[in-house]
Amino acid sequence: MAGQVAIGSRSGLRSALPLLLPAYLWLTVAIFLPLSAMVFFSFMTELPLSGKAWSFTLDNYTAFLSQGLYPTLLLASLRLGLEVTLWCVVVGYPAAYVLAKVLKGRSREAIFLLVILPFWSNGLVRIFSWAMVLREGGILDTALNAVLPIKINIDLMYSYPAVIIGLVHSYVPYMVLTCYLTLQAIDGSLIEAGRSLGASRLQVLKRIVIPLSMPGLVAGAALIFVPVVGSFMEPRILGGRTGTFYGTVIEDQFVAVFNWPLGAALSFILLAVVLVILAVASPILRRAA
Amino acid sequence: MAGVQVSNLSRSFGAHKALDDVSIDFADGGFYALLGPSGSGKTTLLRQIAGFDFPDFGRIAIGGESVERVPIEKRRIGMVFQNYALFPNMSVADNVAFGLSVRGEPKAVIAAEVQRALDLVQLGKLGSRRPHQLSGGQRQRVALARAIVTKPRVLLLDEPLGALDKALRVDMQIELKRIQREIGITTIFVTHDQEEALTMSDRIGILRDGRLVQEGPPEEIYDRPKSEFAATFLGDANIFRGDSTGNGIRLQDGTAIAAGAGAKLAAGAKASCAVRPERIRIATDTGTPNAPNANVLRGQVSKRIFAGNNSTYFVERAGQTLKVIVQNTGAERLAEGQDVVLRWSPESTVLIAAG
Repeated sequence: MAGQVAIGSRSGLRSALPLLLPAYLWLTVAIFLPLSAMVFFSFMTELPLSGKAWSFTLDNYTAFLSQGLYPTLLLASLRLGLEVTLWCVVVGYPAAYVLAKVLKGRSREAIFLLVILPFWSNGLVRIFSWAMVLREGGILDTALNAVLPIKINIDLMYSYPAVIIGLVHSYVPYMVLTCYLTLQAIDGSLIEAGRSLGASRLQVLKRIVIPLSMPGLVAGAALIFVPVVGSFMEPRILGGRTGTFYGTVIEDQFVAVFNWPLGAALSFILLAVVLVILAVASPILRRAA
Repeated sequence: MAGVQVSNLSRSFGAHKALDDVSIDFADGGFYALLGPSGSGKTTLLRQIAGFDFPDFGRIAIGGESVERVPIEKRRIGMVFQNYALFPNMSVADNVAFGLSVRGEPKAVIAAEVQRALDLVQLGKLGSRRPHQLSGGQRQRVALARAIVTKPRVLLLDEPLGALDKALRVDMQIELKRIQREIGITTIFVTHDQEEALTMSDRIGILRDGRLVQEGPPEEIYDRPKSEFAATFLGDANIFRGDSTGNGIRLQDGTAIAAGAGAKLAAGAKASCAVRPERIRIATDTGTPNAPNANVLRGQVSKRIFAGNNSTYFVERAGQTLKVIVQNTGAERLAEGQDVVLRWSPESTVLIAAG
């Protein structure tokens, strides 16, 4: 009996191999090899490409600790990731709820299209169009002053809120999509059952809907938090001088300073920190769900 | 506990009239079955009483209090859903406790009430299980315990036994009836299963196309159906159509059928007679002499279906197939193709206005 099962699963793997191979081959070539090269670089004194002499060192990693700037920037980036994720929940979850539970048919399709529309436009174009909106004398400033009786000055450009706005706009569709999927799977009769037992809409939301959609919230949060912590485009363009974060520093090492080994080391420290955070958070979130 | 009065209730979805001027008085403590084919409006009516949907016109009163604009959570009803709708993120005990805990009852009270409700449905030991670890019948019981633990004024059941297999369904029918008697709660039960409606309820309302066709005790509806639809939907019936003679009908070929029950109709009007298949006696020509006044028809057996405790004979007569059910008493069985005489008393014949 046990032997039969083993044979069964082995032949299953053999027949599945042609289906698995392309994806794993691609992952090996496209991710594993460059990443290995980066690990290698992060322990070097100099980039070997320039022909200079190089040796192995741990200096790139110790630089993170010896210079207070890097941990400070990492903390700022983690805070940015947390705030953007929270705003994405605040903005995205209600939208996902309405899409999944209130709208039907045509209107749902139309609103859904609006949610995924940002994916179809270029990221850089999106950010620069925010710059048009947020700067002094920009679209938001002009529009508000046209409506309000008092004169106010809206200049959000090159500020922390501008970075948040840009990042939330870029990443909120992930939250809407993951929450939509879990919310849609919740049977409407569960909500009706809760109401029939005397629970208000808010109590039903707190005790039934949110716990059951927790997997979507967690997946959305992970999809948003990780790239936001390492983001550099939105902070640089919308944040200006205030937009110096861990991600922009890494980008500088690669693009401006050409200190690839330090950039690589900083990247892996970020990766490690994010992995630790996810590892610590996942059992807590799973228990909450 | 409280009775429920529904008066002149109407509800349309676009051009479709889901409920059309329905009035029913659900007696306090009674077990009422709403019976009808799918799309007849029975579930719509139940959802109006529960408060999931609001009527266009009409009045709903629970215990004399108008509730048609009261939100669900304030109506104090207990509802059991067709798919049970147990909360998958909670244990069985937490499911049952839900109604009490949203009301803010003290923990000790909740624990005691939950245990009592679980004991009532004979699941006292399964409180820590998760819904997905239970069988269909057990989930059904949890759903029932959850609905009654809050001491609602009315218990609403939406085809609660539809997802169970036949044997379990019969068990649950008895169980549900026992629990309902024990707590004496007004119960409204939606079903499309006529047998379920007959065996469980004290009163039945038959709905069709959003209208109440007939309502009353099961015996009355079965013995005195007021329409062909009621006669054929609740149980089986042979229908004869012809012209009223005042106390029966005359078929097109001139045969008279006497009816001792049903509507009083003026002679000459279009009318029908309904006869239950088990009320007809079937015999060969040489059998018993005709009783006085008995309805007598001649025909030929076209088919016999043996079902163990009874047999159903299909008898061809003047282009109509009649159904006769004979108990298996050990008497000689009739062969297919045999010429037979059908006899039944006028008292078993219900006169129905054509409609």
